[in-house]
Amino acid sequence: MASVRVQKGDFDPGAEAEALARGRTDVGAVVSFVGYCRDEGGALGALELEHYPGMAEDEIIRVARQAEARWPLIGATVIHRYGRIAPGGRIVLVAVAAKHRAPAFAAAEMLMDYLKTRAPFWKRAIGQAGDDAGWVEAKQEDDRSAARWRATD
Amino acid sequence: MSGATEAKVKALYFAWVRERVGRAEEELDPPPSVTTVGDLVAWLSERGESYAGAFDKPAAVRVALDRVHARSDAPIAGAKEVAFFPPMTGG
Repeated sequence: MASVRVQKGDFDPGAEAEALARGRTDVGAVVSFVGYCRDEGGALGALELEHYPGMAEDEIIRVARQAEARWPLIGATVIHRYGRIAPGGRIVLVAVAAKHRAPAFAAAEMLMDYLKTRAPFWKRAIGQAGDDAGWVEAKQEDDRSAARWRATD
Repeated sequence: MSGATEAKVKALYFAWVRERVGRAEEELDPPPSVTTVGDLVAWLSERGESYAGAFDKPAAVRVALDRVHARSDAPIAGAKEVAFFPPMTGG
C-alpha cells in the first residue's frame, strides 16, 4: 500500500526514498523523482498551487493502486505540496521500491504521468513583481505521456 | 429508502472556474430534467453571465462526482458533491 501525502510543507527526498528500503532485505531498487518549481528564465516569481482537498489524496491513491496492480512493487511514496512555492522549491515526490530496477523505473514514470493529468491540482503563476501571471495551462504533451500507459494495457 | 429523492447537491469550483463563477461552493437544486453531468453543465451555464463565462467551452471544464472524475454522460443521481475545474496542472 502506497503512502500518499498532500501537504503544504516541504519534504526530504533522500529520507523518503531511503525509508522505503530501511530495515528490509528484499528491496533491490528504489527510484525517486522530484519535481521542482523552475523560474522560466527569470520570469516566474512563484507558483501558487490550489488543490481539491480529499479528492487529491483519493486520486493519487487510485493511481498508486493502478501501478501496484501492474508491477510487483514493494513500496511507494507520493508527496504533493500545495500553496506558494518559489523557484528552486520542491513540488512533488514519487518514490518506488521494487526487487528490480525495471518495474521501479516504469512505475515511477507512470505515477508521475497519471498524477499530472488526473490529480486535482492547479498551478497559478506569480510574476517577479508579485503580479498574477495567470493559471498555467494543461499541456497536450502530458496527456500524450499518460496515454502511453493505456496503450499497452 | 422511500419518499422523494433529494436533488440537492453541493457544488465546488476550483481555479479559474471558481474565479469566473465568483464563488468556491454553493448548494445546487437542479430540476429533474437534469440527469447527467453534461445536463448539469448546460443548466449551470444558463444561470447568468458569470456561469456562462465559466462554462462557455464545456469541454474545457472537468467534473468530479463525489471526488471521482466523471464524463459528461455520467448520471448525477445520488451524487452528494459535484466539483467543476479546469484540466489539472499539478506534478
